[in-house]
Amino acid sequence: MEAELKDMIDDLESLKRSLPDSSLHASINKLELRVENLTKMAMSATARRSKVKDMSSEVVDSNPYSRLMALQRMGIVENYERIREFSVAIVGVGGVGSVAAEMLTRCGIGRLLLYDYDKVELANMNRLFFRPEQVGMTKTDAAVQTLADINPDVVLEEINVWTISFNILRQKLLGGERRAYKCTRRYRFSSFTLNITTVQGFETFMSSLRNKSFRPSKEGSGVDLVLSCVDNYEARMAVNQACNELNQTWMESGVSEDAVSGHIQLLIPGETACFACAPPLVVASGVDERTLKREGVCAASLPTTMGVVAGLLVQNTLKYLLKFGQVSSYLGYNSLKDYFPTMAMKPNPQCSNAACLERQKECILAKPARDAAAKAKMEAEASSATECSLHADNEWNISVVDDSNPDSVEATSADALPEGLTHELPNADDFKKSPAPGPTDTSIDDLDLLRKQLEALNAD
Amino acid sequence: MEGWDPNTKSTLTQIPLLSTKAGPRDGAAWTQRLKEEYKALIAYTQMNKSNDNDWFRISAANPEGTRWTGKCWYVHNLLKYEFDLQFDIPVTYPATAPELELPQLDGKTQKMYRGGKICLTVHFKPLWAKNCPRFGIAHALCLGLAPWLAAEIPILVDSGMIKHRDDVSGSSES
Repeated sequence: MEAELKDMIDDLESLKRSLPDSSLHASINKLELRVENLTKMAMSATARRSKVKDMSSEVVDSNPYSRLMALQRMGIVENYERIREFSVAIVGVGGVGSVAAEMLTRCGIGRLLLYDYDKVELANMNRLFFRPEQVGMTKTDAAVQTLADINPDVVLEEINVWTISFNILRQKLLGGERRAYKCTRRYRFSSFTLNITTVQGFETFMSSLRNKSFRPSKEGSGVDLVLSCVDNYEARMAVNQACNELNQTWMESGVSEDAVSGHIQLLIPGETACFACAPPLVVASGVDERTLKREGVCAASLPTTMGVVAGLLVQNTLKYLLKFGQVSSYLGYNSLKDYFPTMAMKPNPQCSNAACLERQKECILAKPARDAAAKAKMEAEASSATECSLHADNEWNISVVDDSNPDSVEATSADALPEGLTHELPNADDFKKSPAPGPTDTSIDDLDLLRKQLEALNAD
Repeated sequence: MEGWDPNTKSTLTQIPLLSTKAGPRDGAAWTQRLKEEYKALIAYTQMNKSNDNDWFRISAANPEGTRWTGKCWYVHNLLKYEFDLQFDIPVTYPATAPELELPQLDGKTQKMYRGGKICLTVHFKPLWAKNCPRFGIAHALCLGLAPWLAAEIPILVDSGMIKHRDDVSGSSES
């Protein structure tokens, strides 16, 4: 655009020179002035700051990181610049995820991975981040557009799961990356079948988390934290499955359907409860068809609640990554009463997720080492402080006992009840122990035969 | 289960329950689960046919049995309304229920999520969660889709959102 405008000035100049009649010069000069103004406007519109190599703490107006680096001077964060080493995956770029992505981008996070399969709609405009002119774009595309403008230092990877699988397919069919790209552009996304809850989408999700191209020296997976900002149970269970298998720490966030409460939760596989450890309250009350007619699916949402939850989520993320303050394992938000409950949840030894049980076992095995490290840290801190016994005498030999031991050793004694007492509810069923081959199982046990039998029934 | 009509209840008791807790990524265990799914579906289809209440066709669209496609229909005022039916088996199956989709009705009713996924949240998900892993695809159709069709199709027809195919073709021919 700028080059075009410059050419225009040149043309006007030559026109002015070739004109014998100088009476028109005044109007040509006026035109030239207008073009120059346009050039200035175009320049300011596209002014995108260049990348910054090192984060500086210099307090000047032009430094995008001066206020963040001031956290070090204030003694809150020891080394803020470490944030550029971290990768965060955000699953679900909706009301919470998009705002969290913007916050992390403004904080100068190293790399963001964004996952979504949805498009921006006008119905999203009651929430933050997306703009009306982005309606119709995929949420990941629109987010990358905005975020790259805000902070070009962040490495952004958008993973529109549907696009990726489709691209691969197209490349196989047509060959050539450019052509595949064109094809996905032309297609309107009428199909939403491939998301992370499907087998194919899940594999794409897992492999993108494993990818360590950003920081090859990092241990474990390729990301430091996964943030789940999805709006449904199925997707949360899929994130839970992936993180349990990869031993990946993640944070879950949610806003209630009535838009007035929300929560965030830290999930460390094996160490804290996983998402499947404490299933959502199963209200198995009878519901008849009238209820179906009465209630709509459309959930309420507020930019305020979503903004608060995104803020809590990213605050916890920063504390976790940059190691300051206390990382909350669960923080609720009830906006009607402005009540913020916190709690810690231990993993469920009867969790239905096999990967969670494996992580729990590893966690129990690693406990002595972890305790020793914690103790050493405590002692190091204590030695710097002045040592003094709290009580000079201890007549009753009272001592503090660690009560955070997992029940591995005392599992049997914990189950045993005093005489005369019984558990009201039975233990969870162990399905592996009771395969219970029913009488019908004796009939046919071949998959193809069964499939043909159903096809035969379907035929007539 | 209180609140359900006696017909659905008695039908449900006759659909064989499943026992293998396995999802599509569990290899041989998934094959075993798939066999149980087929057995339950066969029994349910046979039962529907013998009770003159045949209302769906469903079959696996891939060899792994992770995607299913078919048809379902509902009779309202003596007219039959038929719809495409499709769903994927989620990776976390059977902890999470399949999300049944009627793509042709996408955008026509509020009781539906993006892409034509019918809303199962209130009337079905709690039952599924409580009966995991004993419920399978057949149960999802019986307790999830059937009541949804019974509740929604009459409203969609009466409000003119969907038209019977005879009416549509008749108007286009004239």
